[in-house]
Amino acid sequence: MEPSPEKGKNLLKLFFSMLYISAFTFGGGFVIITFMKRKFVDELHWIDEQEMLDLTALAQSSPGAIAVNAAILVGWHVGGFWGMAAAVLGTILPPMAILSVISFFYAAFASNPYVALTLKGMQAGVAAVILDVVCSLGSNVLRQNSSIHLIIMAAAFVATFFFKVNVIYIILAAGAIGIVLALTDRRKGETA
Amino acid sequence: MIYLELLLSFLQIGLFSIGGGYAAMPLIQAQVVEQHGWLTMNEFIDLITIAEMTPGPIAINSATFVGIRIAGPLGAIVATLGCILPSLLIVSCLAVIYFRYKNLSVLQNMLGALRPAVVALIASAGLSILMKVAFQGAAPAVESLNWIGVGLFAMGFFILRKFKWNPILVMVLCGAGGLLLGLAAG
Repeated sequence: MEPSPEKGKNLLKLFFSMLYISAFTFGGGFVIITFMKRKFVDELHWIDEQEMLDLTALAQSSPGAIAVNAAILVGWHVGGFWGMAAAVLGTILPPMAILSVISFFYAAFASNPYVALTLKGMQAGVAAVILDVVCSLGSNVLRQNSSIHLIIMAAAFVATFFFKVNVIYIILAAGAIGIVLALTDRRKGETA
Repeated sequence: MIYLELLLSFLQIGLFSIGGGYAAMPLIQAQVVEQHGWLTMNEFIDLITIAEMTPGPIAINSATFVGIRIAGPLGAIVATLGCILPSLLIVSCLAVIYFRYKNLSVLQNMLGALRPAVVALIASAGLSILMKVAFQGAAPAVESLNWIGVGLFAMGFFILRKFKWNPILVMVLCGAGGLLLGLAAG
């Protein structure tokens, strides 16, 4: 199967998007996912918002780094096997390059006060970016007007933020509730 | 052979760390510090600090750092490959299943219930970072409030919601602001 020029261009765009996002996302898998959402859902329209949330749940509940898992899922969606390869390569190259350089003078880097001040400021920026995305996603859940979804969102938040429940259990529980809802829906359909 | 040892070690880290960076940390410690002695405990803590300060998943950061120190650039590549191999296989299968069956009603219902939970998880991650910025790990109280951090957050949040600026630009500006204000505050 010969990739068309259009497809080749998309692969390059996917690779460089992931390279750029990966080079600038400090602090954990959910951060990179919010940046991916801005890029692939809002800007390029390659994925819709529902799919992005589904992919997040899959990435979060699979083994391995969330960023790599999300890149694999988005890559397959955008460009099949080669899309997956391009997205993963883009994701892992920046941390590999940066850590290789840092490994040679890590003590000086970790104790540099200017570096520390800049990174502290950037953490505030990261919090702003994540909570901005949360406001958009949260208002979409509110708009669906489904009380069961609101309860799931509130309960999941309390469980993870206040009680530090392992996220795997939260995802499993939400998935189980979904299956129960599907089964009760079907039974209602049969009796009606 | 050192390359094989690195590959197998990081393969286990990749396979058994479910739920992201903080879940991988104890596994990395067990493999790298306790089992193989590739890093001392002090070096491991430095590694975690660096991993938190630099972009990228903590497991990839660790694989590169440990690999390059133990066996040079090829070691870094082998360790990273080991780390992502389980994801490549398992998540690729999930991707194919998801895109083929996502329109089934059972899967639709399940995903419908998962989405609000995922929003909550992202909210919790964002709020945890905000709390860390605001109180720097201390108990929440007015006197321990970091005004610079909270101010930068509020500015960034306002710009993002109101003007939809590029998030990476906002982050870099917050970093520059943190440096300048931090130096000015002494």
